[in-house]
Amino acid sequence: MLLLLLGIILLHLAALVLLFVSTIISVWSTSETGTSDLWTNCSIVNGGYHCNPASTGEWIQAVQALMILSIIFSCLSLFLFFCQLFTLQKGGRFFLTGTFQILASLFVMSGAIIYTVTSQYWVLETYTFGYSYILAWVAFPLALISGLIYVILRKRE
Amino acid sequence: MLTFLALASVVLLGIVPEQSQAIVIYTGWERHALLGSDIRLSCSFFSWRWTSEDVTFSWTYRPDGSRDSISIFHYTGGVAYVDNKGPFRDRLEFVGNPGRRDGSILLKNLEFTDNGTFTCDAKNPPDIVGRPSSVRLLVFEKVPIQAGVITGAIIGVVLGLLVLIVVIYYLMRFLVARRVFSLSVSKHGKKKKEGSQQRQLWTPPPLTCYPLP
Repeated sequence: MLLLLLGIILLHLAALVLLFVSTIISVWSTSETGTSDLWTNCSIVNGGYHCNPASTGEWIQAVQALMILSIIFSCLSLFLFFCQLFTLQKGGRFFLTGTFQILASLFVMSGAIIYTVTSQYWVLETYTFGYSYILAWVAFPLALISGLIYVILRKRE
Repeated sequence: MLTFLALASVVLLGIVPEQSQAIVIYTGWERHALLGSDIRLSCSFFSWRWTSEDVTFSWTYRPDGSRDSISIFHYTGGVAYVDNKGPFRDRLEFVGNPGRRDGSILLKNLEFTDNGTFTCDAKNPPDIVGRPSSVRLLVFEKVPIQAGVITGAIIGVVLGLLVLIVVIYYLMRFLVARRVFSLSVSKHGKKKKEGSQQRQLWTPPPLTCYPLP
């Protein structure tokens, strides 16, 4: 029982950490001379490393908002899990926790999809997708599975 | 008392040093405008002297990336002289009121080449010592959205909805519990009427993390 609990918490934390890394590190697109999105564009000009704020289009702001919302919902879900762990009746299901975690995974999915479709409008041709983008896509199924486990899980004593 | 105040003010005005009698010119710091629109560049000044009849206003323009300025407007002796040869010919109009210390100009039909710095210099003889003030003009094809506006809006709306749902849920529970309680009380005793006594007896339901049905 304790092992199961630990495993679930580890899965949740893994998804949360991936979300944090993906949101904070601005490497959604990368090329040989620089990186860009979500927050800054950095490039290696002949002088040195030079960073500018990212373009202020509508779509990139939507991606920023969705990533931040997914982090907020995942943190809320973790907090609710501990809350429900001590207050739920025996045999009850962690519906609230699971709902928030599934919502967080949906937000990551929408953010990643929006970025995939619209990044061509502001990112140069030589850029490819960077590791922050890949981590966002990895975080989505982890969060989804974690949320589903919460919904299915029953509290035992 | 009054004579004392009058004497003091006269003495103070006399003591005011020469430097503070400089003219101070006010324009904006930066102006944003859409391509093809009109924009009014305002210029006004503060001076300790009365507005003289020989007040002059002059505007000069320095394009972005250039080091040379070109004079585009001059008002003197009650007559306004607008640009008739330079980049703003037929696009410049004087809309100021020199009597009220306003030397504003109107630029019509803006183009991308109008990006640059506009400097206003005003003189109010004998008050002529002062620094000209500059305003930077930025012409956009469409007004850009500021960074973070849409981000903040989306986050705010979603979190607001969440808070609203939580509040409605607890409100529903509170109302249902209250109705159930009031029904059971009215069944048990007809002497106990709705009043302050009942409110003291009632306690709010405990807030716990119950799962949604």
